Amino acid sequence: MSETLAISAQGLTKRYDGVTVVDHLNLQVKANEVFGLLGPNGAGKTTTILMMLGLTEPAEGSVSVLGFSPTREPLKVKRQVGYLPERVGFYENMTARENLRFIADLNGISYNEANQRTDEVLKMVGLTESEIMEALGPKRKIEKTVGKFSRGMKQRLGIAEVLIKRPRLVFLDEPTAGLDPKGINQLLDLIAALPKAGTTVVLSSHQLYQVQRVCHSIGILAKGKMVIQGAIDKLGREALAGGRFQIEVETENPGEKLIKVIRGLKGVLGVEAKGNVLSISTEADLRRQVSKAVVENNYPLIQMKIQEFSLDDIYMKYFREE
Amino acid sequence: MVAIIRKELADYVTSIRFLGFMLLVTVLSITGLMAAAQGIRAANLPQGIVFLGLFTTAGVQVPIPSLSYLVSLLVPLIGIALGFDAINSERSSGTLSRVLSQPIYRDSVINGKFLAGVVILSIMVGTMLLLVSGYGMRMIGVPPTHEEVIRLFLYFVVTIFYGAFWMGLAILFSILFRRVAASLLFSLALWLFFSIFIMLIAPAIANALVPTAEGVQAEVVRNYELQRTILLFSPNYLFQEATTVILVPLVRTLGMVTSSIQPYWLRNPLSLGQSILVVWPHITGLISLSAVCFAVSYILFMRQEIRAT
Ligand SMILES: Nc1ncnc2c1ncn2[C@@H]1O[C@H](COP(=O)(O)OP(=O)(O)O)[C@@H](O)[C@H]1O
Ligand SMILES: [Mg+2]
Repeated sequence: MSETLAISAQGLTKRYDGVTVVDHLNLQVKANEVFGLLGPNGAGKTTTILMMLGLTEPAEGSVSVLGFSPTREPLKVKRQVGYLPERVGFYENMTARENLRFIADLNGISYNEANQRTDEVLKMVGLTESEIMEALGPKRKIEKTVGKFSRGMKQRLGIAEVLIKRPRLVFLDEPTAGLDPKGINQLLDLIAALPKAGTTVVLSSHQLYQVQRVCHSIGILAKGKMVIQGAIDKLGREALAGGRFQIEVETENPGEKLIKVIRGLKGVLGVEAKGNVLSISTEADLRRQVSKAVVENNYPLIQMKIQEFSLDDIYMKYFREE
Repeated sequence: MVAIIRKELADYVTSIRFLGFMLLVTVLSITGLMAAAQGIRAANLPQGIVFLGLFTTAGVQVPIPSLSYLVSLLVPLIGIALGFDAINSERSSGTLSRVLSQPIYRDSVINGKFLAGVVILSIMVGTMLLLVSGYGMRMIGVPPTHEEVIRLFLYFVVTIFYGAFWMGLAILFSILFRRVAASLLFSLALWLFFSIFIMLIAPAIANALVPTAEGVQAEVVRNYELQRTILLFSPNYLFQEATTVILVPLVRTLGMVTSSIQPYWLRNPLSLGQSILVVWPHITGLISLSAVCFAVSYILFMRQEIRAT
């Protein structure tokens, strides 16, 4: 692989009391891109992010974040990675500045440097003193405690906090949740600008129409499994050209051998047998190759159907609950 | 970790909880002084340990408990108040996720909070001892001897250990239980158990196992020893015994003394070295109880999932 990978996960699995909520996930995120981890509520997005941060341990599989293992070398990962939790919380009795300074302190940033960076990031997210004053009313002159902040202001402060350590990679879990359309757009503009500054972004969302405009690549997660993953422009093109395919072949008593042969064909993603019917999902129209394989292995070809899925179909299929 | 200690201290000092603590310290000091004013003459302490009497004498005409008794009752509550919401309140407010995604070891969060608590505890107990010493000296007009100063310092250290144990326990519960109310209730329940129930249970168990109806001397002794063995599991009892030996040098042994020997008992204080020898097991006992709390806290916290919900 020529491009450097910020994240690479193989077979990442998480179970809670025997229930698999993330199921053998394979995931690659390239450096300096915005990756959208999309999926309906309960799909396993947050759990996946927690495993990548070492905040929970995977049951199986491995993940490498910026070349380090979050479980074995957590500090090396956390030094370079920022995380905005799903429900961001601050010390409400402290001001925005004090909250940021504490985080800078935990990162070992010197006092002067921290002050400078605090100014910088607060300006970036639009929470300078005059802006805070405008939002909270001009009555009190001194800095305001975070307890008085609106949801949108807290979310922006969360981004500021993530950026204060100048991370190479940030995880933003549902950053647009609870914001008004204007706030969402401001936030997305901010996110879109991060790769240029050398920061890779992984953002999760259950509203993909909302965030897809800033994503270079996406992965769609449903019930803990990665349904589709790739560069968004490529997925878009595929969608226009017909997208992914589902081929159904009816034959007689398909054996393990046949399934194995079909699975080995180039472009086949998976094979499932239900009685006499084989369901084959593929990247391209492989009807010719599949029928050839069936016949050459001395199975009768009784019937064959092909179904196309566009990206929109996939969206609809997995996001219907929304 | 220094960053966490600094933040925790800043938090405490500006919090209402701390104001309440300081008020409590003042009230305790005044009560202790009042008790001493009432009872110190009647106690008729031998020379050399009169000053310690400020901390150990209870009121005679008006029943005011002694300062050391009040401290043994309230220090656990202060320890609990400092620790019961240490982790779970940060978990539910969503700040724990952010803190633990910074490049720090997880145990430094516990350590930082614990050490900040110890500092606050030391400030409180120290203030109280100094207040009582200062006003007490003016009241009785007797300065402390060197040995008494050392004994008071020992008392200070043991009290901090004792408070720290309860704080460690409360922190453990704050890791174990997601809800602040649950960790508070469990801490208080344990405090009640160790300070009151065990005192009722120990004789009951001992009487059931070793009946003393016959009044046989050997049985009475065994019964008493059994009671004491049960009580030694209680940190409250350990602390009370330890502070008694440290502050009341007249107490010569913690075992049973039959009434036939008592008349021959010498009424002269135990030397400092002897006292330390007697309380050494108590001190190590308190420290190892705290160590157990910590070990369990670490094991639980290290592998716990930190989810912001
Ligand atoms: N601590 C837990 N114990 C048991 N089940 C959990 C726990 N945390 C999450 N889950 C379950 O795991 C699934 C995935 O959750 P999550 O990763 O939060 O989804 P998402 O972030 O995509 O909405 C959900 O069905 C949720 O109920
Ligand atoms: Mg989630």
